[in-house]
Amino acid sequence: MKRILLALTSGCLFGGGLLISGMTDTAKVQGWLDILGAWDPTLAFVMGGAIIPMAVAWRYSKNKAPLFAENFPTPASQKVSRDLIAGSVLFGMGWAIAGLCPGPAVAALGFGGKGVSIFFVSMLIGMLAAKPILKRNRYALEV
Amino acid sequence: MYSDWFAGLIGGFMIGIAGTVLLIGNGRIMGASGILGSLLERANSNEQLERILFLVGVFSCPLLFLPFWDLSETNLTTNWVQLVSAGLLVGMGTRIANGCTSGHGVCGISRFSVRGIVATCFYVMSGVLTIILLRHAWGLL
Repeated sequence: MKRILLALTSGCLFGGGLLISGMTDTAKVQGWLDILGAWDPTLAFVMGGAIIPMAVAWRYSKNKAPLFAENFPTPASQKVSRDLIAGSVLFGMGWAIAGLCPGPAVAALGFGGKGVSIFFVSMLIGMLAAKPILKRNRYALEV
Repeated sequence: MYSDWFAGLIGGFMIGIAGTVLLIGNGRIMGASGILGSLLERANSNEQLERILFLVGVFSCPLLFLPFWDLSETNLTTNWVQLVSAGLLVGMGTRIANGCTSGHGVCGISRFSVRGIVATCFYVMSGVLTIILLRHAWGLL
């Protein structure tokens, strides 16, 4: 029960943070990627603001256990795989075309109209389509 | 009074606290694509309810904010070919790379994960090149 409430709390903070930071505005995201046009640095501030508390959290997690789980996720794998690079390149292309990534797509689903819904459903189909590819290369399924 | 970078910093901090709550409380990494993907693929996992509640929070919290602070402009394209191709690429790409902006970006970089940093470099570079080609070279975006 506590885990479920924490998941809901985390989701609320995540969704609220995405909205307030402007990440549901695709013009800001495309503006960040548009280094030859009217470049928009907002995303760097969002990333910076998010990474600072997270870095503190990771530091705390050393030699400790989570409050409501057995242990923390195992130390990050350092293996840079072909999947990691190929997948990131594909993701970057889609991210640029629409200006949406998975978190903001969920956050904007309730108010973003038909466009966000079309993107969201296509994204879920893409996720399911990736499953057979992942089955071929077993490494890469945890996170 | 309202400034984009300040709002970005405050919103970003909320995202970081969201990741902290999930990590310190539940021992889980806050990755939007991982949570969505696992929800689709792992029917028997006993963490499905947590994933659903997380997504309920992400979906509903903005709706509670909007009556007081109208940030509802998404500036999203109405071109459905672009919407569908972008959605397919984001869905496939994040599952193949096993993470997106939240998992690899926020949670990965903050633990100095080589994979997270490499993934972020590649999706940002890929995004920059895509914008250069589609917007500046071909005038499509």
